[in-house]
Amino acid sequence: MMSFETVMFVILATLTGGSSVAVVLSRQMVRAAVWLLITLIGVSGLYFYLGAEFLGATQLIVYVGGTLVLVVFGVMLTEPGKTERVTVGPTGWCLAGFLSASMFFLLVLVMLNSGKSSSPAVDKATEWPGVGPIGLAFLGLPQSPNQPGYLLPFELISVHLLVVLIGAAYLARAKRKPASEAGGTVVRVEPVPDAGEGESL
Amino acid sequence: MIVVDLSAFLVLSAFLFSCGIACIATKRNAIGILIGVELVLNAANLNFVAAARYLPSFRLEGQIFAIMVIVMAAAEAAVALAIFLNFYHTHTTIDVESASDLQG
Repeated sequence: MMSFETVMFVILATLTGGSSVAVVLSRQMVRAAVWLLITLIGVSGLYFYLGAEFLGATQLIVYVGGTLVLVVFGVMLTEPGKTERVTVGPTGWCLAGFLSASMFFLLVLVMLNSGKSSSPAVDKATEWPGVGPIGLAFLGLPQSPNQPGYLLPFELISVHLLVVLIGAAYLARAKRKPASEAGGTVVRVEPVPDAGEGESL
Repeated sequence: MIVVDLSAFLVLSAFLFSCGIACIATKRNAIGILIGVELVLNAANLNFVAAARYLPSFRLEGQIFAIMVIVMAAAEAAVALAIFLNFYHTHTTIDVESASDLQG
């Protein structure tokens, strides 16, 4: 007999895992992006399942609404040629499959061994912190004295994000072509207003 | 009666992680590699939140670290796409095999 919680977890885990496999297997970038969208929504559903509503909402807003839109724009702005292959050849697939499968089994081995000793259940006694405690901890105002504040990491990551976004906008700006390449167009455009102004004056 | 415990989340996040590794290893398109990195970061995040749920001493930290990872992922995606756009302007492709200008 499976409880409602277990059924919900199985549904969410199947959604997340299946779509992440589809991300790997899809041969078109747009399809991979759409499968990534479903994976991200599944992960956010898992956050909601775990009770972290703020984190689930943040995942939906920042990842699905921001990062994924960036990825889709990247796909649209960099159209690969018709002959260009998106994935590696069969040898690469074998190597990647071996690598990821061994990584998976290693991780599962380590995680199950480390989790076996304690095997904690969901602790409903202590309060699950919502938006308020998270915000206070980010402002360096922890609620209990032995809890660290996170003001410095918060400021660091804010400035980091600002600097990175300015740098990205600078890197991706529309560049003017160098004078040697753009010479033809400049010469063709410039004489016309010059001649018009000269006549009117 | 099956109870969902921490190890279920750990196995799922290990699966997501290895899918991300496979995506990074198999895609030749640079944006595909970026998508794989996003999968890996999500796996790490899922671990953080699950640990926050099941380990009482990690209640607040798990969520805070996960929020920081989300912000870092957004910054990383912005920079990576800016670099890819630049690369596409100069090479008219984003096949990572053709990014060999710095090869000796």
